[in-house]
Amino acid sequence: MLKTFRLGGIHPQENKLSAGKKIETLPTPGQIVIPLSQHIGAPAVAVVQKGDAVKAGTLIAKANGFVSAGIHSSVSGIVVKIDDITDASGYRKPAVFIKVEGDEPEPFIDQSPGLNKNITLSSEEIIRKIADAGIVGMGGATFPTHIKLTPPSDKTAQLLIINGVECEPYLTSDHALMLEKGNEIMVGTQLLMRALKVKRAVIGIENNKKDAIVHLSDLSKNYDGIKICPLKVKYPQGSEKQLVDAVIKRRIGSGKLPIEVGAVVQNVGTAFAVYEAVQKNKPLFERIVTVTGKGIKNPSNYRVKIGTPVNELITAAGGISENTGKIVGGGPMMGKALVNAEVPVTKGCSGILVLPGEETARKERRNCIRCSKCVSVCPMGLSPYLLMTVSEFSVWDKAKSECITDCIECGSCSYTCPANRPLLDYIRLGKNKVQAHGVSRIV
Amino acid sequence: MENKLLISPSPHIHGGDSIAKNMYGVLIALIPAFLVSLYYFGIGALLVTVVSVGSCVLFELLIQKYLMKINPSVCDGSAIITGVLLAFNLPSNLPLWIVVIGALAAIGVGKMTFGGLGNNIFNPALVGRVFLLISFPAQMTVWPKPVETRWIFFPTVPDGIDGLTGATPLAMIKGHFGHLPDYLDMLLGNTGGSFGEVGAGALILGLIFMLWRKIITWHIPVFTVLTVAVFTGIMHAVNPQEYASPLIHVLSGGLLLGAIFMATDYVTSPMSKNGMIVYAVGIGILTSVIRLFGVYPEGVSFAILIMNAFTPLINTYIKPKRFGEVAKNG
Repeated sequence: MLKTFRLGGIHPQENKLSAGKKIETLPTPGQIVIPLSQHIGAPAVAVVQKGDAVKAGTLIAKANGFVSAGIHSSVSGIVVKIDDITDASGYRKPAVFIKVEGDEPEPFIDQSPGLNKNITLSSEEIIRKIADAGIVGMGGATFPTHIKLTPPSDKTAQLLIINGVECEPYLTSDHALMLEKGNEIMVGTQLLMRALKVKRAVIGIENNKKDAIVHLSDLSKNYDGIKICPLKVKYPQGSEKQLVDAVIKRRIGSGKLPIEVGAVVQNVGTAFAVYEAVQKNKPLFERIVTVTGKGIKNPSNYRVKIGTPVNELITAAGGISENTGKIVGGGPMMGKALVNAEVPVTKGCSGILVLPGEETARKERRNCIRCSKCVSVCPMGLSPYLLMTVSEFSVWDKAKSECITDCIECGSCSYTCPANRPLLDYIRLGKNKVQAHGVSRIV
Repeated sequence: MENKLLISPSPHIHGGDSIAKNMYGVLIALIPAFLVSLYYFGIGALLVTVVSVGSCVLFELLIQKYLMKINPSVCDGSAIITGVLLAFNLPSNLPLWIVVIGALAAIGVGKMTFGGLGNNIFNPALVGRVFLLISFPAQMTVWPKPVETRWIFFPTVPDGIDGLTGATPLAMIKGHFGHLPDYLDMLLGNTGGSFGEVGAGALILGLIFMLWRKIITWHIPVFTVLTVAVFTGIMHAVNPQEYASPLIHVLSGGLLLGAIFMATDYVTSPMSKNGMIVYAVGIGILTSVIRLFGVYPEGVSFAILIMNAFTPLINTYIKPKRFGEVAKNG
């Protein structure tokens, strides 16, 4: 019996169209647009000006405050302007425009192809290098990694959990990375273990990636303290709380972090970025992006420079079909619908999903028939039907007492609802309201 | 292309489940029981079902179109289920005009008064059934015998028991008369009773189908039946002469029909698993109490309606178990 989390969950059609496709390097476009807000927390502050020459790996914006991360140029070229663009969130935010000239990386980046398994640095040095490289959670949450590696002084980490779950339908970027960069992920994991001063790490992988499980299990024999944990395919297992529950059967309380039960969770993509940053001095300016969907001719996995416009990726994958309904940044369950195809790829962008209109169109909303399927599938044990109603009628104190802020916005309720009710839309609304007024305690 | 892109929040895909899929699933699950009732009660069962379904659908259509002035939603199948379940709760020789009145009570009073599917407090089919039971007690409690009445149009009902009508097993227990049918007959449906409730085996087949299709969960049917079995089992152990064995109670009357198809009605049953268990145990206890100590030989309908009324209260006080709730104590 495979391990999995114990409450709720769904199993959407996996649709991993690009599974097994090799990672291809996407050609560098003529212009790159790098947003200054690619992480949770304060946006970075630009340290370059119009006309400055930059190389691949040059710091172009520095972290601003405690929860923030630096941003590096992904190409060599000239800064054209710093201006607002519409990013994946749909909001206008500042970004650095760089005209690409030549292909020159910073000299401090180690370009040698060999694997460097030697870990010489101390915990503090590793964390500093991770912060300097601007690494954030690559699974999509984009929380700055160096902060996650510095638990509060009264808590100690005992176990590192590496998230290779990739439970979103369609996405295969982590899968491809595990198959092609297994050793690098292992070394990255050991670096993270050293940083956290823990002796054990578990890599959780869902059972629909059997080749990755076999491959990493073979490799793990050469690396002390790392185990592979195959998991039953169930969404949203990639969510931190659900993954911790699946791997060590501990449930993290409301509003608490995994460190509460002694665990720290990092994505496989993050582990790989940590390897490159610490062992090769390479800042985070590239990532693996799956370009997929039934509206795409040739679903693929690409290595993409941060700041590449989405339409470059789509063109490379053969273009989109006539009946395209939506372009989504991320997976179909938690991704964001993009306003246009000019939006640049950012650090947290694991996939570009092109959905045909008929697959993504919403059907007519009906009365709630109280079938309680939303309650059954909620992985947080909430009552989505009730949260929607209280949000719809602005009963915020009730929304709060019903723990609306526990919602992880996985979308299992809306996905399941036979009456096509927009449950998560309203829950999000209520969550924002309650969080905005969260300071005053409502009984 | 750009100006045609859809922008809406996640999730961007839907599982494809729909109200109609669930409702037609329930109807498929009712087919075995319907076939059994056709086998034993023949033309009468067919007529009552057709009239009941037809008038339920017609009343819903008329009320939605001309009274509520909304787009009729009869295609979702919920009115058909109400019609079938109402029919299954009636004797197969019930005059058809009474069936029509029952359908009006079920759809009009039981469902549309509250705003239609999703808003009703009580199971509509049971509202119709209990309305008829109270309004037409004589016609509602004379049960044609299975098989013998199969090909007879409108077996007329003289007072009392004649060659064509007989008592239900529960009435036999209550009144201490007649020979109880054996368990095999009860399992197959070869007993007197409302024509949809007699075939225990066929009803269980429907349950298995609904569990497989994930239309309902096991909690309500299992706990309802279990509670009745335990309650009547204890009474049987105390005084076997006075109280029938729990197996008779489980296989006879409307218990299985009620536990599988009516207590599990989405709209009128609780939302959380723990709530469902409380609700089901409540139905089980009330059913047993009415059967053993009440005036009526059968109590499933009343038990479900009473627990329907408790459903909002159960939903308020019995919440699903939240993630991480246990960790707080530990």
